[in-house]
Amino acid sequence: MSMNLERGKAVLSGAQLTDTKKPNLSKILFGAAVITMLVSLYFIFIFAAEEKTMGAAQKIFYFHVSSAWLAFMAFFVTFVFSILFLIKRKRIFDTYAYVSAEIGVVFTIIVLTTGPIWAKSAWNTWWVWEPRLITTLILFFIYIAYIMIRQMDGVWDKKARLASVFGIIGFADVPIVFFAIRWWQTKFHPIVFGEGPSQKGGGIEDTMLVALLVTITAFTILYSYLLHKGVSFEKMKIMVERYKEKLREDLEN
Amino acid sequence: MNLFRTALFLAKKDLYSELKTKQILTTQIIFAGLVIVVFSFAFDPANNTTKAVIPGVIWVIIVFAGILGLNRSFISEQRNDTMQGLLVAPMESASIYLGKFLANFTMMLIVELVSIPFLFLLFDFKFLGSLPYFILVVFLGSFGFIAIGTFLAALAANSKSSEMLLPLLLFPITTPILIGVVQATRIILTNMEKLASAIAWIQLVTAYDVIFFVVCFLLIDYVLEV
Amino acid sequence: MIEIKKLSKQADNKFILRGIDLRVNKGETVAVLGPNGAGKSTLLKVLATLIKPTAGHVLMNGLDLRKNHIEIKKVIGYLPHSSLLYDHYSPLENLVFFGNIYGVNNVEQRAVNLVKEVGLSFFLNEPVKNFSRGMIQRIAIARAIIHEPEVLLLDEPHTGLDQGAISILNNVILSMKEKGTTTLMVTHDFKQAAEICDRIIIVKNGKIVDDFRIETRNQGFVSEKYELQVEGVS
Repeated sequence: MSMNLERGKAVLSGAQLTDTKKPNLSKILFGAAVITMLVSLYFIFIFAAEEKTMGAAQKIFYFHVSSAWLAFMAFFVTFVFSILFLIKRKRIFDTYAYVSAEIGVVFTIIVLTTGPIWAKSAWNTWWVWEPRLITTLILFFIYIAYIMIRQMDGVWDKKARLASVFGIIGFADVPIVFFAIRWWQTKFHPIVFGEGPSQKGGGIEDTMLVALLVTITAFTILYSYLLHKGVSFEKMKIMVERYKEKLREDLEN
Repeated sequence: MNLFRTALFLAKKDLYSELKTKQILTTQIIFAGLVIVVFSFAFDPANNTTKAVIPGVIWVIIVFAGILGLNRSFISEQRNDTMQGLLVAPMESASIYLGKFLANFTMMLIVELVSIPFLFLLFDFKFLGSLPYFILVVFLGSFGFIAIGTFLAALAANSKSSEMLLPLLLFPITTPILIGVVQATRIILTNMEKLASAIAWIQLVTAYDVIFFVVCFLLIDYVLEV
Repeated sequence: MIEIKKLSKQADNKFILRGIDLRVNKGETVAVLGPNGAGKSTLLKVLATLIKPTAGHVLMNGLDLRKNHIEIKKVIGYLPHSSLLYDHYSPLENLVFFGNIYGVNNVEQRAVNLVKEVGLSFFLNEPVKNFSRGMIQRIAIARAIIHEPEVLLLDEPHTGLDQGAISILNNVILSMKEKGTTTLMVTHDFKQAAEICDRIIIVKNGKIVDDFRIETRNQGFVSEKYELQVEGVS
C-alpha cells in the first residue's frame, strides 16, 4: 500500500508541474496559429496574383497543398514516435503517435475534399486516377486501419505495440505506393515545382509561391497546436483512468 | 540454423494438419472457382474484349483466396491456446513467422496451380505469352502478398474481429504489389513486345518483396511479444 | 534455481503483482495457493515468459529471464489451463511435433514412452479431439515434460480429473521430482497440495502473504493457514 501512495503522490506532483507549464505553451501556440492563419488569408486572397484560367477557384490550391503537407508531416511524426515507442516503451511516445495520426487523417480528408473541388475547375472532372490522388487515398486507408488497431480491445501496451508496428510498416509503404502509382500512369497533375520527366512544369508566380509558403507555415503551427492540445487531452484521460483505478482500489481495501 | 529447422517443423505441422482436415485448401479452391463463375457473369466470356480483364481476374482470385488462408493461419492456433505452446518453446518469433509463411505460401501456390489453368480453360484463353515469365510474376507476387499478409495476420489475430480487420490492414499496404503484378501479367499475357516494361515492374515487385520481408522479420518480435 | 526479485506486473492501471520476492531451490515442489484473481496464474505466466513483467527481475539457473529467454525456455515445462494440443493430431503426433521444436533426441521413442507412462498407449494414434477432459490433461502433462524440463510450471493440473487420472498425474510429478525437477504448482486443491508438495506459498492481492514448509502430509494444517490468511484477517 505504501508504494501505492507514493505512486499516487508522484502522479499528483507531476500533474501540478505540467499544469503550471502547459497553458503557456498552449496559449502561445494558439495565438501563433490564429495570427499566422489570418496573415496567410491575407496573402492568399489579396497579395497573391489571380490565376488566369481558373480564377478564384485556384485559391483552394493553397489550402489543398498545405493540408497535404500537414498530413504527410503528421504521418511522419507518427512514424518517428512509433519507432521511439518500440525502443523506449514510454506511454507518452505512443500518445504522440496516436494523436498525430488522428490529425493526419483529418487533414487527409480535407485534402481529399478540396482536391476534387480544385480538380473540377482545373480538369473539369471531380476525380481522376492520378498518382498523387491515389497515393493520398491509399494513405487515408492505411491510417484508418492504424486507428482501427487502436480501437481493439485489450491493454494499452498491446495496442500501442501493434499500432506502432503498423505505423512503421504503413509509412515505409507510402513511398513505394507513390512510385508504383506514378509509374503506372502519369497524366494530369501539373508538376508545379521543378520539371517532371514527362511534362513541363506549369511554373508558379512569385506572389503565389510566397502565399503558399506563408500558408504552409501557418498550417505547421496549427499542427503543433493541435498535437499539443490532443496530447494533453490524452494525458488527462489517462490520468482520470488512473485516479478511477486508485479510487476503486481504496474502496476495495 | 535453428531458426530454419524449427520453421520447417512448424510449416510441416501446418501442412500436415491441412492434409488431414483439408479444410482451408478446399475452401480456398472452391472460393476461387466461385470467383471465376461470378466473373463470367460480370464479363461475358464469349466477348473478345473480356480477354483484357483476365490479368486482373487472376490477381483478384489470388488475393481473395489468399486472404481466406491467411485469416486461418493464426486463428487456428487459438484453439487450445497452442500459440502459447509455440511461444513458450525455445525458438525465435522469426521462426514462427517463417514457418507460418512457408505453410501459407505453399498453400497459395497449390491454389494458384489449380485455379489459374481452370480460369484459362473456362474463359477459353489462348496462352500466347511467355510461360516462364508468367510463373515468375505469379511467384513473386504471391511471395510478397503472403509475406506481408502472414505478418499482418499475426498482428490482426490479437483482435476479436480479426477476419474483418485483416483485409483492411492488408489491401492498402499491398497496393504496390497489386499494381505491379497486374501490369506485368497484362504485358506478359497479351503484349510481349513491351517485355522491358514488364521486367521493370517485376523489379519493383522484387524490391517490395525484399524490403518487406526484411522489415517483417525485424518487427515480428514486437507483434508476437506477450 | 528460481529467484524472483521485486516482481510486479501492471495491466493498464491495475496492479496484478505487487512486488513478489521468492526463492525456490532446486528439487523443491511448491504449491501456490490463493483466492481467484490473486495473481497466481499471472505469476506462472511471467515465469513461463508469456507475460513481460512491468518491473523486477527473474533469474533462473542464474540466467536473466529478459536476456536469455531462449536458454530459459529450454528448461521450462509449462502446463496452463488449456491443453496446448492440436485437436486433429494424435497424442503421438502432438508429442513428436513439440519434441522436435524442443530439439529432443530420439523423439518418437520418448513420445511413445511418455504416452505409456500416462496410461494412454491404447489411444496413441487417435485424434485428440475425441478425448475426454481427463485424457487430454494426461497428454497435456506429457507434452509439458517431453523435453525433460528442470522447471515444471503447472496451472491447476488437477481440475476436472477423476481419481485415477489424479494418481497418474501425481506419479508423474513425483517421478519428475526424483529426477531433481523443481515444480511450481498453482492449485485450489489442498488435498493434492498437501500430498505432493513440500512447501506452500499463499498469494493474495498480488503479494506473498505466507510461505511455509510442510513435512507431515496434513491437509487440515494447510487449510487452517489458508483460512487465516485469506478469509480470517482482511
